[in-house]
Amino acid sequence: MVAKEVLTGTHFMNGDEACCEGALSAGCRFFAGYPITPATEIAESMSRRLPQLGGIFIQMEDEIASMAAILGASWGGVKSMTSTSGPGFSLMMENIGLGICTETPCVVCNVQRAGPSTGLPTSVGQGDVMQARWGSHGHYEIIVLAPASPQQMFDMTIRAFNLSEYYRLPVLILADEVVGHMNERVIIPREDEIEIINRRKPSVAREDYLPYEADTDGIAPMANCGDGYRIHVTGLTHDDRGYPAMNAAAQEQMIARLVDKIRNNREKIISTKNLYLDDAEIVVVSYGISARSAMQAVRNARDEGIKAGLIVLETIWPFPEELIRSVAPGAKAMIMAEINGGQLVLELERCACGACPVSLVSNFGGAIIHPNLILNAISKAAKGSI
Amino acid sequence: MTDKRERHILITGFGGQGIVMAGDILGKAATLYDHKHATMTQNYGPESRGGACSSQVIISSEEILFPCVEEPEILICMSQEAYMKNVKSLRPEGTLIWDTDLVHTRKADMHHKTFHIPATRFAEQLGTKMMANIVMLGFLSAVEHLVHAETLKKAVLDSVPVATKENNIHAFNTGREYGTSIIKGLVKPEPGKHQD
Amino acid sequence: MTTSKAVKNVPPHPMDSLLRTERIPHIWCPGCGIGTVFSAVISAIKNTGWDPNSIAMVSGIGCTGRMAGYIRLDSFHTTHGRAIPFATGLKLARPQTKVVVVSGDGDLFAIGGNHFIHAARRNMDMTVICVNNLNYGMTGGQQAPSTPLGAKTTTSVNGAPEEPFNFSYLASACGATYVARWTAMQVRSLRSSISEALEKRGFSFVEVITPCPSSFGRRNRMGSALEMLKFYQGRSVIRGDIDPKDASMDIDKEIVVGKFVDIERPTFLDHYEKFNHPQMPQWRSLHADSQKAR
Repeated sequence: MVAKEVLTGTHFMNGDEACCEGALSAGCRFFAGYPITPATEIAESMSRRLPQLGGIFIQMEDEIASMAAILGASWGGVKSMTSTSGPGFSLMMENIGLGICTETPCVVCNVQRAGPSTGLPTSVGQGDVMQARWGSHGHYEIIVLAPASPQQMFDMTIRAFNLSEYYRLPVLILADEVVGHMNERVIIPREDEIEIINRRKPSVAREDYLPYEADTDGIAPMANCGDGYRIHVTGLTHDDRGYPAMNAAAQEQMIARLVDKIRNNREKIISTKNLYLDDAEIVVVSYGISARSAMQAVRNARDEGIKAGLIVLETIWPFPEELIRSVAPGAKAMIMAEINGGQLVLELERCACGACPVSLVSNFGGAIIHPNLILNAISKAAKGSI
Repeated sequence: MTDKRERHILITGFGGQGIVMAGDILGKAATLYDHKHATMTQNYGPESRGGACSSQVIISSEEILFPCVEEPEILICMSQEAYMKNVKSLRPEGTLIWDTDLVHTRKADMHHKTFHIPATRFAEQLGTKMMANIVMLGFLSAVEHLVHAETLKKAVLDSVPVATKENNIHAFNTGREYGTSIIKGLVKPEPGKHQD
Repeated sequence: MTTSKAVKNVPPHPMDSLLRTERIPHIWCPGCGIGTVFSAVISAIKNTGWDPNSIAMVSGIGCTGRMAGYIRLDSFHTTHGRAIPFATGLKLARPQTKVVVVSGDGDLFAIGGNHFIHAARRNMDMTVICVNNLNYGMTGGQQAPSTPLGAKTTTSVNGAPEEPFNFSYLASACGATYVARWTAMQVRSLRSSISEALEKRGFSFVEVITPCPSSFGRRNRMGSALEMLKFYQGRSVIRGDIDPKDASMDIDKEIVVGKFVDIERPTFLDHYEKFNHPQMPQWRSLHADSQKAR
């Protein structure tokens, strides 16, 4: 019996399993990882499924090695990913930076738990939002997706691969313990209904190929190891040839391109789900599992006659700055709901830019935010007492 | 069913009893075969075996947003610890279900609708106590209508190893028949064990 | 500075085809032993007759890590200590490519030590070449896991209080299928060991004791590069087929050199294929050319 790449059909599976199936549907054939709650089920699913598809699963000695291995595999021409949670995510940071600098497509799924340190391994958290943005040293742009259901774990893992292949960078999925461990219906479409994007290959001869010379959209075609281009890839600041260039001008040129390829394409990358924004006075912004509580609260508020609206961030980074700037002046207040002490609310405040008050509904981790807490905040804000 | 109400079920016990699997099967039956919405979340400690464990299932004809079961309308207890910990959360009009041999109830909790079955003993008699969760699901299908019994049976078949399918269906039927007999008043349930 | 191509009427150097000549001059100090090892690696690669497009070099950070930047192969200069796990991913994604890891003693055995022992344990099919100059050269000569007890470095000005690793013994204990050690003076033996290591299936390891005249030599009053080379050679004793645990690495007494291990053992991929074969219908066709290029 030949195993299927795409498990077309309706399933009742948890988010971790859905992430694995999304990756396989996207063409991922290499996984390197290290066991960690609550992401272990991704690795377990991969170890079962990848050999069926002629792919490689390897359990590395730690998360540093896992991240390094998926970069190597990507240069070997194979779509690759790893998964982890907070402590392992911290260990991956340096090589995520190598992936950014060398423009290596790959996917990292962080199923967040409550931290810092070992924290609450089996409980939910959303405290890695800023780490995902800035966790590796230096200045760069990143793409981070935030699934709120097992279905989105499937869909967004495919999107993560597509974005990583197109924009050539590690794309991060910030899931959380509840989304990872919750079972829910997951509908896997037919293979021909799934859009797959593969990295752009060079079309020029070896002598003419400049590995880091971007096309007009800011993205450089990528030659894999073994393609005959004999590329050099380095984490040092490099020029178009990929050769180390140790000066400020080269740094300026390289980072500008890494930053611009994301910034200039942000409209294509950013994805939000907007609810009742047309007449909303109180706008809740949330992501991941918290967005479900927020949606419940907004619906309840509407039932109570409060003009509440919702922005669900399906991509956390890049942050939808333009959307917030356009919504804030028409709102009486904006509310961020997130399971940390207040991280993305800082970005919301920055983008609202004083046009309306911004408040936070949160806890430090360990439990989902109750919809009633958000509803209370909405009610209070509607009464003008934020 | 046209019931748009969310049905909140809390299945509790200790690790190794198949508590999470029972919740998974229930959710599968609801989503895959009864075409409803369902969420199943789990609570567990660091232990693989023996620690307190629960699975929370919500079934609804509409999209479920908040997946936590805070005040279940059906509480299934397969250990004393789980009973003591969770019984207070059961809604007044809710249904309390427990394993006759594993839980000593309190008289104060008997105002709920109550059902019990020696699920673990029955499973042992059928060959392995590993199937206590399936006996319990069969029993549940008889005393509370959440999903169709046939779809629940299908979901059991989807979830157990091929070699054990027949045994598990037997376990399911055992629980269901016992429940049906009690509902119909054909048998008097064994006396439950009270702690007070 | 001129590149070798720009100089007229000079015939191309036989190694030019494998050099990124436009990147010459290199950054290594005069007298550094890395150049010797680099040329040994290049000639060993040439001797194999393999298609250069089927060979990749992966390095970590440090003086030796720069080797990957000068060789005209697919080459990857990764993060400090992580060359081996990067190479692991590359190899598993492209089993048909021969993967060579080059790095220094600090990179491979301090920050990257855990990766080394696990890659050897798994028998990951790659060749690891360690340029052991007894200290961290690039950062100015700090204490390394190879620094001899009592030796002076910028972080052990009164003498290193730690005992060093014996890398070749460590490699053999972890399961490497090929282990050899030479000093940088023993070029022919070194070249032939690298050739053997490249041809070896499995995790092969070659350690080269090299002079770092700018840092280690200067601080420990070892004289010029040539004097260091001669000193190491003088201390060396060729002992083929010795038990690796007895392959002493002590610059004050005896540097045992030679080939210590040359065994056959199934690789990670051999085992992976064996255990997963019933489930892997596409495996053979996917990697049909896995050994052909070699």
